[in-house]
Amino acid sequence: MDPSYVNGLFGGVLIGAGTLLTMVANGKVPGISGVFGRLLRPSSNETGWRFVFLAGLIAGAAVLFRVYEPASVFRVPDGRNLAVYAIAGLIVGFGTRLGGGCTSGHGICGISMGARDSMIATAVFMVAGMATVYVFRTLITG
Amino acid sequence: MKRNLLTFLGGALFGAGLAISGMTDPLKVTAFLDIFGFWDPTLAFVMGGALMVTAPCYRLLRTPCSLPRDSGDPISKPLIIGAILFGIGWGLGGFCPGPAIANLGGLRTEALVFVPAMAVGMIIVQRLYKLDA
Repeated sequence: MDPSYVNGLFGGVLIGAGTLLTMVANGKVPGISGVFGRLLRPSSNETGWRFVFLAGLIAGAAVLFRVYEPASVFRVPDGRNLAVYAIAGLIVGFGTRLGGGCTSGHGICGISMGARDSMIATAVFMVAGMATVYVFRTLITG
Repeated sequence: MKRNLLTFLGGALFGAGLAISGMTDPLKVTAFLDIFGFWDPTLAFVMGGALMVTAPCYRLLRTPCSLPRDSGDPISKPLIIGAILFGIGWGLGGFCPGPAIANLGGLRTEALVFVPAMAVGMIIVQRLYKLDA
């Protein structure tokens, strides 16, 4: 099997384990967009664990970037400048909170629990992502 | 204290998993979405690996969850519109929220631009839909 598939599978297992551990510790499902979005509310109840979780996420990634060379690979796809990233960030923030989840909340947690809405959302954002990549590539290559 | 330690460890495992799996590389993510080009299926292995762990355990734990379950309600418009918008932004940048935040740990300029913009988008929705409570 292609080594990047093995890394993907192993990384996925770690993501699943981290999700479970956080859920057992706090009794809340740690979808990233929900965790981050709720930290931004003015009424700040239950912010503690969310902050700690995201700090752990950044620290865990930062360590891997330094100690494991393949993890440090960072390639910006063709035609994406910082203005595209600003627009993408705005849309992702808006869409994930409106739709109630992202790749982790719907794609991993929701599907694990057999939630119908999460399966639908995951299918929809995957197709929308595929269409966007196709259109963007067509636009920049002409 | 113990709770915080477990939560930090949970976050660290999550972040390490994102980095090891290559999901912090935007090109690898857009390559998964590029089914008409040089398709890279790695992201499917990542989701598969995570589901292998979470799916059996969720059933065993039966933890109450805040996500919408099968209520029999009709599919809501915000769910669909939100998922479409998220997918568009995901395809544009190759970032979903987790990997974007993880890349703050590498001080990547793209993440330093994307994450604050994402925060603005979230705050707008939370104001509009009164999710601020």
